[in-house]
Amino acid sequence: MASLTPQVTPQVTTQAATGTAPARGGRPRQRGATAARSRVWRGVVLVLAAVYFLVPLIASFVFTVKVPDQGFSLDAYGQIFSAEGFGGSLLLSLGLGVATIVLVLLLTLPAAVAVRLGAPRLRPVLEVVCTLPLVVPPITFVAGISTVLRWGPDYLATTPLYQTIIAVQNPDFPVVLVLAYVVLALPFAYRSLDAGLGAIDVRTLSEAARNLGASWPHVLLRVIIPNMRSAMASASFLTLALVLGEFTIARLLSFETFPNWIYRISGSQAQVSVAVSVFSLLITWLLLLALSSAGARQRSGS
Amino acid sequence: MPLLVFVVIVFGVPMLVLLGGTFTKEGTFSTANLTESLQGAYLTALFGSVKLSALVAVLGGVLGTFLAQAVVTSRFRALREAVLTASGVLANFGGVPLAFAWIATLGNSGVVTTTLGLGQHGWSLYNFWGLTLVYLYFSIPLQVLTVVPALDGLRPQWREAAQNNGASTWQFWRYVGIPVLTPALLGGVVLLFGGAFSAYATAQAMVGSTVPLVTLKIADALTGNVLIGHENVALALSLDMIVVAGLVMAVYLPLQRRSARWLR
Repeated sequence: MASLTPQVTPQVTTQAATGTAPARGGRPRQRGATAARSRVWRGVVLVLAAVYFLVPLIASFVFTVKVPDQGFSLDAYGQIFSAEGFGGSLLLSLGLGVATIVLVLLLTLPAAVAVRLGAPRLRPVLEVVCTLPLVVPPITFVAGISTVLRWGPDYLATTPLYQTIIAVQNPDFPVVLVLAYVVLALPFAYRSLDAGLGAIDVRTLSEAARNLGASWPHVLLRVIIPNMRSAMASASFLTLALVLGEFTIARLLSFETFPNWIYRISGSQAQVSVAVSVFSLLITWLLLLALSSAGARQRSGS
Repeated sequence: MPLLVFVVIVFGVPMLVLLGGTFTKEGTFSTANLTESLQGAYLTALFGSVKLSALVAVLGGVLGTFLAQAVVTSRFRALREAVLTASGVLANFGGVPLAFAWIATLGNSGVVTTTLGLGQHGWSLYNFWGLTLVYLYFSIPLQVLTVVPALDGLRPQWREAAQNNGASTWQFWRYVGIPVLTPALLGGVVLLFGGAFSAYATAQAMVGSTVPLVTLKIADALTGNVLIGHENVALALSLDMIVVAGLVMAVYLPLQRRSARWLR
C-alpha cells in the first residue's frame, strides 16, 4: 500500500536538500512558440493538480468547522480530546510504535553492520528477507497470524507454548502487534540504515577503533551508532508513521489502536472522525518535515 | 543472525500455516479451497481488485508523470520543493484518514457534494470509480516521487543533441526520452499496482463491501462472516493475492536494477 513510499522519499529529500538537481535556468532558449506552448501546458497541469490535491483537504477542514445553523465552530477539534477512547487508543498506538522502533533497530542495525563488515555474501539473503514484507500484502500476513493464534486452544492447550500465545495477545499491550509491525517495518528500516551505513566508511572506522583496542560492542555503541544518528532517526520516524497509521492487522486481530478508534467513532461522530483525520495528516506532515530538515542539517554539518 | 531467526519465526510460520491451511480441508489434503477461491463471488472480487489496481496504476502513472515533468521543467525552485515535500506526505496519506477526508468532500453529505448539488445528479463516491478517484490521491504523489529522479537524469544535452540533429519535440520523446524513462515509469506503475492491490483500510472505511475487492473478502472470511467449513478459503484467497503480488514484483525488481543505471 502507500507504505511503499519511504524507500523513494529519501532520494528525493537528498536531492532537494543538497541541490544537486541540474539547474534549469541555464538551458539554451528554445524556439518561442514551443516555449510558450510548454508554459501553458505546464500551467494547466499544475493548476489541475493543485485543485485535485487541495480541494479534499480544504473541504475536510470546512466539514469539521461548519455546524448547521451556527456557522463556524472549532468544537469538533475540542471534542477529539474528550472523546471516549481517544487517550487510550492513542497511547496504545504510541506504545506499540516505541516498542516496534526499539525492536526493529535492535534487529536491523547489527545485521546491516555485520553484512557490510563480516559476511557480504549474506547480503542478497538479507535484501530478499527485507523485501518479502513488501510482496506479501498485510492482509494475507494477518490471515496467517490469526490462523496460528487460533491454533492455540486447539492443539497446544497442554504445552507451555499455549501460555505464550495467550500472553502475546494481552489486550493491554498486544505483543503480537509489535511482532507483526516489526516485520512490516523491516524494509524501510533496513533501507534507511543501509543508506546511512553507505554514507560513512564503516570498515575504516571499525578497524581504527579495533586497532585502538575497542571491543566489538564498544565499536558498535561508541563509534558506529553516533555516526548513524540521522539514519536511525529516519528509520524510527518511518516506523512510527507506519505503526500510527496501521489499520488492517490491528482491526483483524481486534485490538483498538488509534486508526481503529477513528473508524469506530466515525459511525456516531462523523465530524470528530474527520477532524481526527485532518489532525493526523498534520502530524504526519510535521513528522516528515522534521525528518527531511534533520537530514539536511546532518549533511550541511558534515 | 537474530534478524533471520526472528523473520523465520514471525513471518515464516504464518506463511507456512497459510500454505498448509490452503491445502487442507476437514483435516485432509485437498485443493478444494483453492478451487473455491477461484470461483463465483471470490473470482469476481479478485478480478475487481486486479481491475481497480491496474486502472489506478495506469492512470496514476500517466498523470503522475505529467505532474513530475511539469515540476521538473519549471523554473521555480520553491515550487519544485513544495511539490516534492507534499508528495512525500500525500503518498503516505493512506488508510482510514484518507477515506474520511474524501467522504467529507464528495460523500453523500460532503462539502463539495452539497455545495454543487451533485446528489441530485446521481453522484456517488461509494463505487468503483469513487475508489479509483481516492486511490489516485496517494498514487499520483508516489509516481511523482518515483519519476522525478529519472526525469532529472534526462540530460539537457541529449535534447540539445537531438535538436541539433533536426529532431522535433515529438521525435525527441519518441526516440530518446521515453526509452530512457521506460524502466522508471514501469517501475512506478508496478509500485502503484502493488499499493492499490493490497490496500484494505481505505476501501473498508469507504465502501464496506459494496465494491467486490479481494482484501474485503479475506477480511470478511477471517472475521467469521462465512459458512462453516469454509474458513480456509480466506487462506486460499490470501495465497492467490500473494501469487499476483509476487508476479508483479517479479517484474519490478529487474526494472529497478535497469533504471538505476541511468540515475547516476
